[in-house]
Amino acid sequence: MAKPAITRKTPTKGAVSDDTFALRSLQDAHLANPRYVASDDELLAFYQQMLLIRRFEEKAGQLYGLGLIGGFCHLYIGQEAVAVGLQSALKPGHDSVITGYRDHGHMLAYGIDPKVIMAELTGRGAGISKGKGGSMHMFSTVHKFYGGHGIVGAQVPLGAGLAFAHQYREDGGLCLAYFGDGAANQGQVYEAFNMAALWNLPIVFVVENNGYAMGTAVTRGSAETHFYRRGTAFRIPGMHVNGMDVLEVRAAAELAFAHVREGKGPVLMELQTYRYRGHSMSDPAKYRTREEVQEMREKHDPIDAAKAELLKRGVAEEKLKELEKQIRSKVGEAADFAENSPEPEAPELYTDILVESY
Amino acid sequence: MGIELKMPALSPTMEEGTLAKWLVKEGDTVKSGDILAEIETDKATMEFESIDEGVMGKILVPEGTEGVKVGTVIAVMSGEGETAPAATPAAEPQAAEPVNPVTVKPSAQKPRAADPAIPAGINMATVTVREALRDAMAEEMRRDARVFVMGEEVAQYQGAYKVTQGLLDEFGPKRVIDTPITEYGFAGIGAGAAMGGLRPIVEFMTFNFAMQAIDHVINSAAKTNYMSGGQMRCPIVFRGPNGAASRVGAQHSQNFAPWYASVPGLIVIAPYDAADAKGLLKAAIRSEDPVVFLENELVYGRSFELPELDDHVLPIGKARIMREGQDVTIVSYSIGVGMSLEAAETLAGEGIDAEVLDLRTLRPLDREAVLTSLAKTNRLVIAEEGWPTCGIASEVMAICMEDGFDHLDAPVLRVCDEDVPLPYAANLEKLALIDPSRIAAAVRKVCYR
Repeated sequence: MAKPAITRKTPTKGAVSDDTFALRSLQDAHLANPRYVASDDELLAFYQQMLLIRRFEEKAGQLYGLGLIGGFCHLYIGQEAVAVGLQSALKPGHDSVITGYRDHGHMLAYGIDPKVIMAELTGRGAGISKGKGGSMHMFSTVHKFYGGHGIVGAQVPLGAGLAFAHQYREDGGLCLAYFGDGAANQGQVYEAFNMAALWNLPIVFVVENNGYAMGTAVTRGSAETHFYRRGTAFRIPGMHVNGMDVLEVRAAAELAFAHVREGKGPVLMELQTYRYRGHSMSDPAKYRTREEVQEMREKHDPIDAAKAELLKRGVAEEKLKELEKQIRSKVGEAADFAENSPEPEAPELYTDILVESY
Repeated sequence: MGIELKMPALSPTMEEGTLAKWLVKEGDTVKSGDILAEIETDKATMEFESIDEGVMGKILVPEGTEGVKVGTVIAVMSGEGETAPAATPAAEPQAAEPVNPVTVKPSAQKPRAADPAIPAGINMATVTVREALRDAMAEEMRRDARVFVMGEEVAQYQGAYKVTQGLLDEFGPKRVIDTPITEYGFAGIGAGAAMGGLRPIVEFMTFNFAMQAIDHVINSAAKTNYMSGGQMRCPIVFRGPNGAASRVGAQHSQNFAPWYASVPGLIVIAPYDAADAKGLLKAAIRSEDPVVFLENELVYGRSFELPELDDHVLPIGKARIMREGQDVTIVSYSIGVGMSLEAAETLAGEGIDAEVLDLRTLRPLDREAVLTSLAKTNRLVIAEEGWPTCGIASEVMAICMEDGFDHLDAPVLRVCDEDVPLPYAANLEKLALIDPSRIAAAVRKVCYR
């Protein structure tokens, strides 16, 4: 029987001849111009957002220690440049974002009120999910932020579904789907890669490689530790990006998003990053040395680097101190709000199970 | 001695087919491997190949004959070196038999209870469950541009069980999408598309394969609305055949209804006849909630009456009395309803007047309908084509104990499949599955007869 014609309206990768398939084209373009040229105001805004995430997460860690936050709580400290750099390049309210359970930073990068995020962490009725989701399950559909998913890797096909919806509606939007180096070994990630490439979906897959899947170092869990190469079997171009420099992240994001918006199909970005804290709050920290963490904090911190660059550009130290003070007070207010808001009313137990009544 | 050529079974569930075309004529010499005829079923057209060599004798079933039962002698052939034999007279009446599609027999004693949701006096058409499901999808796709179908072989192949037949032609490849064999992946893509504002219908070739994808059905689709405090919805329909098919062994034969029905946040529907299949699938597609829609392969080809309404939508969460009775209630769903109706007819001959209640929706389950019928008959049997442990039957028994105890004149009994993986051997398979006689036996027991 003759091979059936391609059924999707959108051209598939299979129709593209091999000589136009350039896996390294984006990587090469990125290496040629690795850093985004930011104005002072832009860099200051990035700095402010990253610092807000840092201080918010430090406070969350404290509240966890006080027993105000329960269950699992995964902090984003060290990885701030990834969410800030990538999301700053999106079209707000137009493009979709989805991530796993380490989601506080992605929400803050959207400018969502820290109060409702912190109140969700403390399980209060004023939380963004009415206290019924918790740290791992937060959403903001007005921002097109689709969670916040607790099952490792599940957000990847879900993200491909969001991208499918963009393509179906022909609205020009794209989906940014984050996952970790641990999730990168889940089979469903590759099922999603295959269909995303086959159907030319507008999606950017982002591996936030922080070096450890819980306590398992990348080299102990992955046969191919260069995650950006893992799309090659599906003809998805890869990019390897320094996730500790917000301007490199931003520059890479612009290249990747432009590629997707031009209808060229998915991109796989690997963001090399590091988390300073444990996998979650209950982490024995036995799988890496104190020195390794210290080295990253002292020499590669994205916030210190941005601050140094701002000072070098002549931004007044006083201005930065003032900014830091504002952020501390904002986070303090969020913590007070989260601690003092009431828990959800008991009848909330039975709401939102189904949308309709039957 | 001539060789009898019999109507072949071309799939595990084929019971009859159309003899579309003879490719040989009487007197032709036939070699092994020659194509003798084309046979059409509701699923596909297949070629009927000769196994033997010889000369074609009498053709007993002319081409174009519909509804030829599997095993009917359709022609005779001489063996090697023999002359063409004469027709076997015994075969003639079979071929001459009037041809009827498998229509469920209406009750001789009592007409089928009308669905109160359907206006009286409406014209009825006779359609198969397969067609009803297809029409439901087509109508909803015409009505709402956000609705699309995705799954394995739903488009070009026209559906592994032909449920999506014709949809590709009408709606095109943007809305009728063939996926690779990747259940976990496309269930996730479907759920994501629903979160992103579309109305996906995800077909699982069978629910056995949905085991690969159950994480997205439960963790992604069912829990989203609750976890987001009502912010994020997932209006999706996961549909496909569920339950035992025929002779396909343990991995392809399982009723997952109790699994899904135990999950808050899901709607679970398991219709029996064509009217419910259509009306409830349309309701499922329109629902803002995630729906697991469990069909049954053995029922796809059965014909039923379907009201000729412009927009036949039925309420989710409402059971339906299929046969009114005074003495005992038989509760069932899906294929079990047909068996229960059959059992009720047998029992009617013995003076036991059984009411048959089709649950139709398994979550939310219509407790009220179960208890009302129990209050009327005071005796209850549940028939479930599925395992006995932790099943829908167990749930219905619990409802009767909790809220119907004072109405009970006898202990509630359940009739379920045997508590074993489904065996392949025909005799063992038959032993493992429920049937009307077992249902009737349980009814006699609760009636102390």
